[in-house]
Amino acid sequence: MVRAGRGTREDAPDAQVDFVQLLSPTGERVEHKDYALEISADEAKGLYRDMVHVRRVDVEATSLQRQGQLALWAPLRGQEAAQIGAGRALEPDDFSFPGYREHGIAWCRGISPAQSARSFRQVTNGGWDPYEFNHAEPSIVIGNNAINAVGYAMGVQHDGAESAVMVCIGDGAMSQGDIAESFVWAAVFQAPVVFLLQNNHWAISEPTERQSRIPLYKRADGFGFPGVRVDGNDVFAMLAVTRAALARAREGSGPTLIEAFTYRMGAHTTSDDPTRYRILAEVEEWERKDPIDRLRTYLLATKAADQAWVESIDAEADVAARELRDAVLSMFGPSPISIFDHVYQEPHPLVDEERAEMVALIGAEEAGSLK
Amino acid sequence: MTERTLAKAINEGLRKSMEDNPKVLLLGEDIGKLGGVFRVTDGLQKDFGELRVIDSPLGEAGIVGASVGLAMRGYRPISEIQFDGFVYPAFDQLVSQVAKQHARSEGAITMTLVVRIPFGGGIGAVEHHSESPEAYFAHTAGLRVVSPSTPNDGYWMIRQAIECADPVIFLEPKCRYWEKGEVDETAPPSSLFSAAVRRTGTDATLVSYGPSVKTCLAAATAAEGEGRSLEVIDLRSISPLDVATVVASVEKTGRLIVAHEAPVFGGIGAEIAARLTERCFYSLSAPPLRVGGYHTPYPPSRVEEDYLPNVDRLLDALDRAFEF
Repeated sequence: MVRAGRGTREDAPDAQVDFVQLLSPTGERVEHKDYALEISADEAKGLYRDMVHVRRVDVEATSLQRQGQLALWAPLRGQEAAQIGAGRALEPDDFSFPGYREHGIAWCRGISPAQSARSFRQVTNGGWDPYEFNHAEPSIVIGNNAINAVGYAMGVQHDGAESAVMVCIGDGAMSQGDIAESFVWAAVFQAPVVFLLQNNHWAISEPTERQSRIPLYKRADGFGFPGVRVDGNDVFAMLAVTRAALARAREGSGPTLIEAFTYRMGAHTTSDDPTRYRILAEVEEWERKDPIDRLRTYLLATKAADQAWVESIDAEADVAARELRDAVLSMFGPSPISIFDHVYQEPHPLVDEERAEMVALIGAEEAGSLK
Repeated sequence: MTERTLAKAINEGLRKSMEDNPKVLLLGEDIGKLGGVFRVTDGLQKDFGELRVIDSPLGEAGIVGASVGLAMRGYRPISEIQFDGFVYPAFDQLVSQVAKQHARSEGAITMTLVVRIPFGGGIGAVEHHSESPEAYFAHTAGLRVVSPSTPNDGYWMIRQAIECADPVIFLEPKCRYWEKGEVDETAPPSSLFSAAVRRTGTDATLVSYGPSVKTCLAAATAAEGEGRSLEVIDLRSISPLDVATVVASVEKTGRLIVAHEAPVFGGIGAEIAARLTERCFYSLSAPPLRVGGYHTPYPPSRVEEDYLPNVDRLLDALDRAFEF
């Protein structure tokens, strides 16, 4: 068996090929011929605020899990730019489909960190009303919601609506058959969908070499739509490229695959131990490309913000973290009887019978049928 | 009343639903110009256009997965899986998304979709074209599973399934597609999820659904010659089960035989036998018996007659029930 060394070949999946970058790791603005971005100081500061908030909340959620208050948490640290850039590119009418790590996208859609935490608290398997935020609940089965997103996009197309759909997938999902099918469907129907692929380099313990022989964005070529690799730690580039892809979808030009080249700085989830499979030097290398550091450097250097403002944002984020903690600690339920509530929309004799069985067994009060 | 084949009756039911509700879309492999390999969608693309009758790419996960997204957007997608044995690539979509979306979203999302699957054997087909996968779906909370056995039910049940707010797996007995029966287009025979007593009797109850209902009726006719009066129940709905109708019958007859083409182990017959034993223990003169497929892969069709429930096997079970 031939084993590919990490990034040793020019066309290896993690090879440092050209990508779209508008803000360098040292905080300098760079231009790209295809992706101009006019961004005001306020807008840039808004992106910074978003990223600081989602990182701080992510740290809090991780602590809550460590303290036994959440069953699990999937940390997003390192992927803030990928998610905030893409999330802020969405228009209110657009519909998005997340994976389970997309707390940053959820934040952009108006979903509170507490709502994002509900399923990790296991008071529900959902978290919010998808139609209130135009944001589906995550699929934990990797990649199987991509084809749901394409179906939704076909519905948008059928409605003649001018909106787009975005679905979040990862480097691991790229090996799933459902992704190949969703690419085929999106291409042949020219569905208004953007595939946001966050290549965070690790599918739990497996590096991207175990998923691919070529850079992942190149896969789009074979399906007949554009693929583009973006510096996923550059929030400006993510915003510009996602905006362009969504605009392209809305105008009827079909799907785009965006590969956000980024890195999962933390563990896969709070149940994972990354020291077993990756070396510290790699993590340190990515520290130097941190998405928040580079934007702060830029904001301070351009005098869009000063140190006091930066500190005020940190303080605001601390408040958000405290709010999350308070909300999580006061999340109770569900009542045992509620498991029967939404199995079906229409009456179902077996569900009714089993609901009555539970009440008879543990009593109406304990079952929670007396509200 | 109009005489129709089962295939034509379902076709007419689909047409009526499409006329009544612009949100109804059809998707599947070869359902457009070809009209489906069994011609169940014949003529629908011509009349409703390519946007409402969609020839899909060849991929079942895609067909069901896209249906999920369309349903989320407010459409009522009716998909066709070409043959029973091809539904398995869509199994994850059915179990993980179709069945769970409503519960996961705490009621916000309704999966208003129907997955049509021609199922069962008896047509001399090659491998993967004769299977009965209903138990997999019936085992999954969130799905509803129904099967029409007559053209009248074909016409009405597809319309009722399309109107249902829950996802419905619609199993079409392919060996009965070409059999004719009266269709009464003026009023539905009953609700989608109730069983029908197809023949009344006093000595034993035969319970079945889909393709085996006709076999049970033939067995009842044969048994009559031997002086035994059999009641035949067509379940129509496999999930939920109309247990009350079966209980009422077994309380009267005291004997129960369940027949289906699917393997008996872990099948619908086992569920019915268990439930009926719990409810009718003191009415039973014999243990409930099952007649169905063996615990083998569906065999080469040259020997399928020995695998499927037939009149002889049903009468043999009847003898055992009487001798107990």
